[in-house]
Amino acid sequence: MISAFANPHRFMALSRWLAPTCLVVGIALIAYSVWQGLWIIPEDDYQGGDIMRAMFIHVPSAWLAMASYMGLALCSFIWFIWRHELADMAAKSIAPIGAGYTALCLATGSIWGKPTWGTWWLWDDARMMSVLVMFFLFLGYMALRAAMDTRQKAARAGAILAMVGAVNVPLIKFSVDIWSSIHQDASVLRMDGPAMPAVYLTPLLIGALGNSIFFASLTMMLMRAEVWQRRSAVLVARKLAGK
Amino acid sequence: MSSPAPIRAAFRQAIGEAWGGGAGALLPIGFFAGAAMLVPFTVGSEASQLSAIGSGVLWVALALASLVSMERLFQADLEDGTLDMWAQEETPLFLVAASKILAHWLVSGLPLVILTPPIGIALQIPAGELVPAMLAYGLGGLSFFLWGGVAGALAASVPRGGLLIALLALPLFIPTAIFGSLSVQDGMQGPNVLFLAASTMFALAVAPFAASAALRLAVD
Repeated sequence: MISAFANPHRFMALSRWLAPTCLVVGIALIAYSVWQGLWIIPEDDYQGGDIMRAMFIHVPSAWLAMASYMGLALCSFIWFIWRHELADMAAKSIAPIGAGYTALCLATGSIWGKPTWGTWWLWDDARMMSVLVMFFLFLGYMALRAAMDTRQKAARAGAILAMVGAVNVPLIKFSVDIWSSIHQDASVLRMDGPAMPAVYLTPLLIGALGNSIFFASLTMMLMRAEVWQRRSAVLVARKLAGK
Repeated sequence: MSSPAPIRAAFRQAIGEAWGGGAGALLPIGFFAGAAMLVPFTVGSEASQLSAIGSGVLWVALALASLVSMERLFQADLEDGTLDMWAQEETPLFLVAASKILAHWLVSGLPLVILTPPIGIALQIPAGELVPAMLAYGLGGLSFFLWGGVAGALAASVPRGGLLIALLALPLFIPTAIFGSLSVQDGMQGPNVLFLAASTMFALAVAPFAASAALRLAVD
């Protein structure tokens, strides 16, 4: 099944209309969720009043930060085993967007943390630490790719680093979990159902969906740019060769 | 047939490089001592304060000092073509990489561990904690060198890749640093020591393969 998507022509044909569609749908869903979150839903005194409205940006960005690292590792693995060029382009494109979402998650978490816990940042907290480490892994990935002189080397070095990071992430998560934590536990994805009233949950889930679609659209656009760059490089090379 | 000759050669060569050309093994030692020395000047020299943070400071200094010589670890082999020879041998490259990293730890990592007691005394660490702390630094330092070796192999073909190595390796150091400092606090007893040992074992199991994949990339 993967091979069917590994064809750049098919990808270009598909993403030509899918990327802008996803962009529009994603922005619409995000706008709906933020509008609901900021103006419509009732204030929740238990969660610290108005500041809990940060949830509608913070929680989707936290989910996407984690999902994008997994996506980066998965694309790297697919490229490393099957050498599908599109998987490498996807990994390269995911990295900056994932780093952006990770930074957004850290920033909104910090803004949320100041009024509720009385501190911008807490080193003892496992979740903040894991996200911060993930941010550095993204930065290292991008720096390593940028430092390599050929595309092939950048792809291979990046894939090795992403996979080493991925096998290490559970270890990092586990090690920082040992520290005590004040971050609240998962309250949406739980075995006994969400511990959150539907009035909050519905816009949150719509926001998460919207951000995911938006993420996919940005990734596709960066991948399209990459395909064009490679094509133009080939054209320039042909021109220089005098053909 | 794979022969152990390249493994031995890599080991001997790493030992030799430590003392030939430049300051070699003295660089990490000097860096380690210098970084630890800055602490009393920056956080204040009160004995109670220093003894509270002393062992943690040593972990930071150890992590940074283990990165000092990583840039040259595989770069020199790439430049003089040794790496190409190793890559063509039938001996698995991950064994060569592991042997080189272990030899490098012996000449650059172990001196840091041996140097911990005097620096620890200067940082007001209680005398009874010094020997347990040395064991923890030995175990944790090995894991630092293994992950640093992966980063060094990845950056081998990058000119002036020293800072890149730090950016790649430091996130991977975190489990070791956490379990290491917790096990020193526990006096080398209890579960955290086992976690520290486990994270080093994990590095031992994963890092040589990642390093050899990165070296193959540098060769072609």
